Amino acid sequence: MPAIHDGGVRPAAVTARGWGWRHAGRTKPAVNGLDLDIRPGERVLLLGPSGAGKSTLLHALAGVLGDSTSGSAAAGDASPPDSDDADETGSLLIDGEPPRARRGRAGLMQQDPETQVVLSRLGDDVAFGAENLSVPREQIWARVHEGLDDVGLAHLPLDHPTSALSGGQKQRLALAGILAMRPGLILLDEPTANLDPAGVLEVRDAVGRCLDKTGATLVVVEHRVAVWKDLVDRIVVLQPGSATQPAVLIDGPPDQVLEQARGMLAAAGVWVPGHVPATRLRIPGGLPADAHRAAGGEPALAPGQLMLAAERLAVSRNRPRRRGFKSVPPVPVLRDVTAQVRAGEALTITGPNGVGKSTFALTLAGLLPAVDGKVSAAVELSRGAGIDPYKWKAEQLIARIGTVFQEPEHQFVTGRVLDELQFGPKHLGHGEERVDELLERLRLTDLVDANPYTLSGGEKRRLSVATVLAAHPQVLVLDEPTFGQDANTWAELASFLSELLDAGTAVVSVTHDEEFTHVLGGTELRLGSQELRAPEQAAP
Amino acid sequence: MRDALTLSGNQAVLTRANPLAKFAAVFLITLVLALSIDWMSASVALVCELLLFPLAGLTFTRLWQRGWPLILAAAVGGWSTSILAPDSGKVLLDVGLWSMSEGSLELGLGFLLRGLAIALPAVLLMSCTDPTDLADALAQKARLPHRFVLGTLAAMRLVGLMAEEWQTIGMARRARGVGSRGNPWQRFRATLGQSFGLLVQAIRRATRLAVTMEARGFGGESRTWARESTYSALDIWVLLGGVLIAGGAVAAALWAGTWNMVWLQGS
Repeated sequence: MPAIHDGGVRPAAVTARGWGWRHAGRTKPAVNGLDLDIRPGERVLLLGPSGAGKSTLLHALAGVLGDSTSGSAAAGDASPPDSDDADETGSLLIDGEPPRARRGRAGLMQQDPETQVVLSRLGDDVAFGAENLSVPREQIWARVHEGLDDVGLAHLPLDHPTSALSGGQKQRLALAGILAMRPGLILLDEPTANLDPAGVLEVRDAVGRCLDKTGATLVVVEHRVAVWKDLVDRIVVLQPGSATQPAVLIDGPPDQVLEQARGMLAAAGVWVPGHVPATRLRIPGGLPADAHRAAGGEPALAPGQLMLAAERLAVSRNRPRRRGFKSVPPVPVLRDVTAQVRAGEALTITGPNGVGKSTFALTLAGLLPAVDGKVSAAVELSRGAGIDPYKWKAEQLIARIGTVFQEPEHQFVTGRVLDELQFGPKHLGHGEERVDELLERLRLTDLVDANPYTLSGGEKRRLSVATVLAAHPQVLVLDEPTFGQDANTWAELASFLSELLDAGTAVVSVTHDEEFTHVLGGTELRLGSQELRAPEQAAP
Repeated sequence: MRDALTLSGNQAVLTRANPLAKFAAVFLITLVLALSIDWMSASVALVCELLLFPLAGLTFTRLWQRGWPLILAAAVGGWSTSILAPDSGKVLLDVGLWSMSEGSLELGLGFLLRGLAIALPAVLLMSCTDPTDLADALAQKARLPHRFVLGTLAAMRLVGLMAEEWQTIGMARRARGVGSRGNPWQRFRATLGQSFGLLVQAIRRATRLAVTMEARGFGGESRTWARESTYSALDIWVLLGGVLIAGGAVAAALWAGTWNMVWLQGS
């Protein structure tokens, strides 16, 4: 094996032969019968429906899948596979060796920026991987500086707190930490799914620069093909493998694969470039009045009726702080915002990351107290509950304003999909007849007995919307409802919300998604000029 | 909360000392003060500590902000000791059950000063020690297993994150109609549910963080350290300071005749 010089990266080769993996405790394998060759320096985009085992493959290549009863069948072991243990079949090799034996040969970046940062100081975090590989101290700092330079974070001091970074910066920091290990294979598992559009480009461009420089092999999993298409030279489409079907469905250059499999990919929920999934169109003027009654809801309100207003609102997630005995109000992240929420109209809140969009929406939704200014509910909405939504009781709130959080799991309160949907109506004492309709409408009927935590990302999103709507609120607030969603869930969600709008519900959404904003129509509230978030300043 | 874990901006002399030396000094002082309840040793230690505060980059305002619960606790302890301890000497105050005499006042004062003198070094230590430096020192100098030390350090970062998550889950549950208001039983149940939600998120985050760390080669037998944890001349001064304060406190108390060993109290 040739020695790896400092600074030099030897691109890695990947070989899979009939490789399969079954996670511990599962009956079906996550990947089955995978045959794949990736040449050193090749850049591959992995696509496929959820459940095709893309993440499993990446984790295996990164050597973090854990132990298995490896190759029990191949060894002629007659005992049946024990479903409590993970099970590996065939072979998956990096440079002809199992990934676990080649620590540091591959570097992995995952989706959640918060967990891609290990240490609390910028420089330490980049050095972490190199330290673990026992790189001598003098070389580590050279690598740290080079890595930070490559990802465009060199202007920050080495002791900059990592908690003060934006999502895009955190992902770039993770990339610098990976580069400091000098890996021959870079693995990206939906690296930009949690980022705003600016963050997506930041990360994508940093990856591109680093690959051009090091020549390392790349395998990236991502729904949004347009972002990565020009950076990769090969697309591999996986499918849930079985005894009769190979795991690799299509394999080839990006343009050819996209041409050949466009319809299939779109149907599988992949975001194919230049294709916006079809959605239901809004009906001008809303549905006729009798349609509301058919929907079994509250008496219909005239479209355009004012429901909720924010007046010179200042918001913050922090509570008043105690300084000794004194109570000091928090410094608002955003102030002087005025907005109206009207029946049957969409209000879209946009603006750069960190400007306080979500905080504003949560304050509007009666979940956070206003720091200054006020939120007032119209009589038609409050129906006797008082003017300030923050002071309403929880039962009063859910029947009036429903809020769907960005992370569906935060809102699960039971262990079964059906209980989850019935939870709101049971507390309110009415509206249980609506549950079946929502199950049907959001395609959850087959999942009624499942545990909400075990659902796929798209199913969780649909469930979280359904549970909030089960209480029949007249105002619906959604925080980044389309983040990380595949094209199918996206289209379903957009269509469903446009229907709600036509039926007279007011929909407030915090989003970066321009196409989504376009489908819902209505007013856009663009928050924040740049001065509200400190931009990346040059280090002194 | 997350900022509390770093010392951003603190450039004071004591931040540069090795955490282990600071620990040893604080340990010595605390040990001596734990031995005797008397006002003399405690006030000598307290005065010395207060003189050292600027070296840790602390001002009295910041000391009060960070340490007020401890200061308050010491004051309450001193007060209750002085009115509840058996009377001896001249009675100074007598309101029914409560009475304060010269003897009990002295004991109470000793208690108050001792509480402060033990609490302040801890505040001082925390405000001039970065957790990362502490981890470096523990793993490199004290030879604790690096997997354990670094695992704990990485987990500490998640604690701040979990505090934010707790607030978010609370709001998310209110948006589902789970009130955190109501009678104690309802509130208890709501907190229980919220804790479960937090536990699930904590496990998910911890799992992902563990994958990140493992993917960066963490978990091997040996590793190098980008920053060496070193002792310097400053650490000798820190240690010497600890010895002097502890020794001075004992000497002063013996000289004044107030030295009063804790375990001899009852007999």
